[in-house]
Amino acid sequence: MLAALRNEKVRGFLFQLLTVVGLVAFLWYIGVNTLHNIEQRGIQTGFGFLEGTAGFGIYESPISFTETDTHARVFLVGLLNTLIVGFTGILLATILGIFIGILRLSNNWLIRKIAAAYIDIFRNIPILLQIFFWYNVVLKSLPGPRHSLEFFDTFFLNNRGLLIPQFSWNSTTLTVLASFVVAAVAIFFLNRWANIRQEKTGEPFTVIWIGIATFILAPIVGFFIGGADFGFSYPELRGFNFSGGKSISPEFLALTFALTIYTATFIAEAVRSGIEAVGKGQKEAAISLSLSPYQTLKLVILPQAIRISIPPIINQYLNLVKNSSLAAAIGYPEIVTVFAGTSLNQVGQAIEIIAITMLVYLTISLSVSAILNWFNHKMKIKER
Amino acid sequence: MAVYDMKPTKSAPVNSKGAWHWVRENLFSSPLNILLTFLGVGLLYLIIPPFLQWAYFDATFIGSTREDCAVNGGACWVFINYKLDMFMYGFYPEGERWRLNLGLGLFVLLLLALRYLKSTLMKFAFFNLFLVAAAILTIGGTLGLEMVPTDRWGGLMLTIVVAATGIIVAFPIGVFLALGRASDLPIIRSICVTYIEFIRGVPLITILFMSSIILPLFFPEGITFDKLLRALIGIAMFEAAYIAENIRGGLQAIPKGQYEAADAIGLSYWQKMGLVILPQALKVAIPNLVGVSIALFQDTTLVLIIGLFDLLGMVRLSAADSYWLGFETEGYVFVTFIFWFFCYSMSRFSQRLEKRFNTNLQ
Amino acid sequence: MEENNIIEIKNLNKWYGDFHVLKEINLTVKKGEIIVVCGPSGSGKSTLIRCINRLEEFQEGSIVVDNIELTHDIKKIKAVREEVAMVFQHFNLFPHLSILDNLTLSPMWVKKMARKDAEALAMKYLTRVNIAEQAHKYPNQLSGGQQQRVAIARSLCKNPKIMLFDEPTSALDPEMVAEVLDVMIELAKEGRTMVCVTHEMGFAKKVADRIIFMDNGQIVEENIPDKFFKNPESDRLKLFLEQILSH
Repeated sequence: MLAALRNEKVRGFLFQLLTVVGLVAFLWYIGVNTLHNIEQRGIQTGFGFLEGTAGFGIYESPISFTETDTHARVFLVGLLNTLIVGFTGILLATILGIFIGILRLSNNWLIRKIAAAYIDIFRNIPILLQIFFWYNVVLKSLPGPRHSLEFFDTFFLNNRGLLIPQFSWNSTTLTVLASFVVAAVAIFFLNRWANIRQEKTGEPFTVIWIGIATFILAPIVGFFIGGADFGFSYPELRGFNFSGGKSISPEFLALTFALTIYTATFIAEAVRSGIEAVGKGQKEAAISLSLSPYQTLKLVILPQAIRISIPPIINQYLNLVKNSSLAAAIGYPEIVTVFAGTSLNQVGQAIEIIAITMLVYLTISLSVSAILNWFNHKMKIKER
Repeated sequence: MAVYDMKPTKSAPVNSKGAWHWVRENLFSSPLNILLTFLGVGLLYLIIPPFLQWAYFDATFIGSTREDCAVNGGACWVFINYKLDMFMYGFYPEGERWRLNLGLGLFVLLLLALRYLKSTLMKFAFFNLFLVAAAILTIGGTLGLEMVPTDRWGGLMLTIVVAATGIIVAFPIGVFLALGRASDLPIIRSICVTYIEFIRGVPLITILFMSSIILPLFFPEGITFDKLLRALIGIAMFEAAYIAENIRGGLQAIPKGQYEAADAIGLSYWQKMGLVILPQALKVAIPNLVGVSIALFQDTTLVLIIGLFDLLGMVRLSAADSYWLGFETEGYVFVTFIFWFFCYSMSRFSQRLEKRFNTNLQ
Repeated sequence: MEENNIIEIKNLNKWYGDFHVLKEINLTVKKGEIIVVCGPSGSGKSTLIRCINRLEEFQEGSIVVDNIELTHDIKKIKAVREEVAMVFQHFNLFPHLSILDNLTLSPMWVKKMARKDAEALAMKYLTRVNIAEQAHKYPNQLSGGQQQRVAIARSLCKNPKIMLFDEPTSALDPEMVAEVLDVMIELAKEGRTMVCVTHEMGFAKKVADRIIFMDNGQIVEENIPDKFFKNPESDRLKLFLEQILSH
């Protein structure tokens, strides 16, 4: 019997058995206590609360929401707002991050140092502090609606937010959108044709300038075809405040600015390390083969750099979405603020609500991880 | 066919070295660069002078009322001065603050001890002694020291307590998680992987909500959880997962030969891990671990959302004081400088550690 | 430039900051000549050949390649690089492309060849270096010796007038050095101008027209292989040969 205990496999099995038993016992203990405590406090269980009336308003929502809507709808609005701020943040942070990353590699010493300073500064200020700074210091110190900062008489910035013209979904808008899609498809096929032609005859065909021109011209043509009128509703000052147009809240602005500036520092570093990881020898080999600097970048450096940069950049996208939860500190109505915040206060069913909220983030994270793993797998095939 | 004489070493031609050459090469080497340099200088001109004007030249450093600030137009550092004690110590009773100062002094002693002591065992012992001493000093309740309840803790002192406790508790948990994830035993591995991926997939704020709202429900009525304790549990659980991932990276960097050699000389699992593998893995993982510590230090600000008054929370509270209304900017700038100081110090420390340990590996 | 010369280096001086790394280099290479440059580490031999295709700049002196003078003029630099190809110590194959794509890159994008023609050219040179069967693999799947042979084939696709070799076998395991040297010996027979920085004295003895010994940034001695090894004249060369040939 003792000999059996010394057996590796037996020990491993016993150890696991003990762990499982311990875990189950702990969960049992917690479960019993929780049920008891919940009963004591008169909190309900189950997901019925989702159909209950919310009883509060959400002032910023992409879909309609009134106090008589259900908590399920609160969840939906929160989720949509999370996705909106996440998407906007990711887009802006990528552009800014790539820009700073490239500056970081410039052969101009001053520019390099400025970019490095930007990264060092904003990486070391807690994101929550940055959000507070934008919200409490910058946006609150803007003038009131009657003295708004105005741009071209159509954009107004004041301490209640940013007001921009709102387009209506009429034939012009739809045609312009359609023409973007058409342009994209056309350029895709043009690129394919150019590649095939080059393989056959060796003649290169620069698609990029035509591509840019198409992206600019097509929507313009579409604009005129569609009736040349976006049906803009312009914000106009009526009395103490504006009506018409679309109002973007200071909460959204503060959150987006802070997230963009903070996340861009990490994206810039990822871009820089990607390009630097491509060894000097690669560039020298390309030079030795008489490739032009543009060709070197396009055929040798960027393909390798992108492979290295993409996983950390996608990680940063995830971080941005998770950091958007800090909106709870300034009241932007994304999912943590309204669902795990206000709804939870109303309903009291903390376990269900927080579990659902965590599940949302988990789903986003795990999906992105799965995509990353697929990406890494594809790269591995090529590189042993 | 030919033999040549020794040629003398000459100095480089004047126009290819020196300050002027450097400026030409790095700032003005092409039209684009000239433009960029001017843009860069312009940008700096737009940002730095106005900031210095506000923060230094027009600022008021001395005084005790807000009227003193109205004289110059710039930053009102009087506000910071006035509230400095609260920013540093929170609501800690004035008469007991010497205990915190003593703790700080002991910390400096600890750093010196760690630097100059040779034996690892001694270092470990000193470290534990310091922890016990710091805990007694901060909490009190024994040795004749008055007990200071955690709801009076705040400011920078609270930030440090949260960050330090977070790291110290999360580290061993992280080590176990990393070992578990690398283990051959399927159940242990699944539990660890599930935990790590779950925690890494959700924002810290949801973990803090969970630990502050849900955790009390898990235990019978009699057991109360101090608010700070709930936050610490949340933070420790959260950071442990990230530490585990960094250590996993370190473990993966250890060549299989090390494991095999340890097995070959008959070490048990725990001996192998403790004496051979982990010491190497931790050395590799150090830069990342310091990165986690820096992130943790910044994450402590989130506790203000669940009602604790860390440095940032304390500053916000003070700025809402009806007498000192309007000086939030000074407060935030002050907090920024404090965070920069700590984060830069930790980065530099990490670079020094890397240098020291680099000589040992390859 | 003299009719037969393809490289003329006159009074070349180079500094890294204030460090005088190349001192008064004078070197002439005739068309079709095989030159081996050897010397201790830090003698500047790699730096010298890297100046020929402008991977390194120099501050004083002149380099003329095939009647084109190497100055700061971008057009001239480009023209020189068209005639010169380099094989690197660390191969520098493009890891994200297959072997075949590594070779067809330059013909397709620089000489604007059609893919079919470029691939035919590539296969011709891959066969020449005995590695045609690996055409569809990726660099990381090949051994060091195989990778270096691919690198040589890649340079050949340019059909360069001059081939520079920067310690091509120094990064290889001993058993793979022979396969690469064999390829280089074959190349030498074809009449292409070759300048090789190498420690492989056996190779030098077999194919070099001239061997150049560099030390401390300057050319100390140059001679035909026979006299170079049998009658070294300078003390430094004698010392160097003792060290190198002692095993």
